[in-house]
Amino acid sequence: MDFIRQPWPWYFSGTMIVLIMLILIFWGKSFGFSSNLRTICSMAGAGKKVKFFDFDWKAQRWNLLFLLGSIIGGWISAQFLSNPQGMELSEATVNDLRGLGIHFKGALNPEELFSLEALADFKVWCLLLSGGLLVGFGSRYAGGCTSGHAISGLSNLQFPSLLAVIGFFIGGLLMTWLILPLIL
Amino acid sequence: MKSLKYILAGILFGIIMTKSEAVSWFRIYEMFRFQSFQMYGIIGTAVVLGIIAVFLIKKMQWKDVAHHPILFKDKEPPYARYLIGGTIFGLGWALTGACPGPMFVNLGYGYLTMAIVIIGALLGTFLYGLIKDKLPH
Repeated sequence: MDFIRQPWPWYFSGTMIVLIMLILIFWGKSFGFSSNLRTICSMAGAGKKVKFFDFDWKAQRWNLLFLLGSIIGGWISAQFLSNPQGMELSEATVNDLRGLGIHFKGALNPEELFSLEALADFKVWCLLLSGGLLVGFGSRYAGGCTSGHAISGLSNLQFPSLLAVIGFFIGGLLMTWLILPLIL
Repeated sequence: MKSLKYILAGILFGIIMTKSEAVSWFRIYEMFRFQSFQMYGIIGTAVVLGIIAVFLIKKMQWKDVAHHPILFKDKEPPYARYLIGGTIFGLGWALTGACPGPMFVNLGYGYLTMAIVIIGALLGTFLYGLIKDKLPH
């Protein structure tokens, strides 16, 4: 039982992610999560105004079910599989974050950004909303996110996916090293 | 039954992402600071095994469960969009510590504030659809 509660080693996690990709491939689908965002816009009626959302979203129903499952999976993990010891983070990271006013206490996400109390600060609303906006805008612009490009695309040796992944890192490094110290 | 299998695959995905800690803001920050191998190990393992698996599927011409040939769609040029869009995505990924999948996994985990990130992501997706013809691709 210990194995289940502890964080899973990277090689096991990586293998399981490929397994998910393969399950979907053998079901005649493809692994790409961010398409769901477009589908939800379309369901909400965005297709009446914008052509990009005018497509047969019902063909994407399976992916929405996958999304629903991922929410349930997160809930199951929190209820039954969480590590009582909390997460371990490298000491260098903990120290760097302290300098930014973020304190690591073993949870998955910092309370300074993700607790309900943090919402008392208007800045946190702006950070969360604009961060989400960048992810949504960027993933559609690039035609996929981590699952579609870094996993599915690179597995199929797609040069465009390599470019997208390089972009993910350019953006991520810019944010982490230059922008976060200014806005946190 | 047909619906259930996709929900089950999603549940498996949610559990894997949580147990690998890939849904953690801290892990993503640590990755971009090059202070841990964990995330590189996960993505690296997945890519290496994925390349082998896709190669075998093509070589052996395996069929899917409905006996249709498995086809892989190539990503088309022009190439600029992948780099520009990817960079915008990366900015948001490092800020929120969540790519689209983990946003929803985190919501289920109990991080209700992720709903704000998800609303942002939907707005961003809508905004892209709205102005995509004016953007360089």
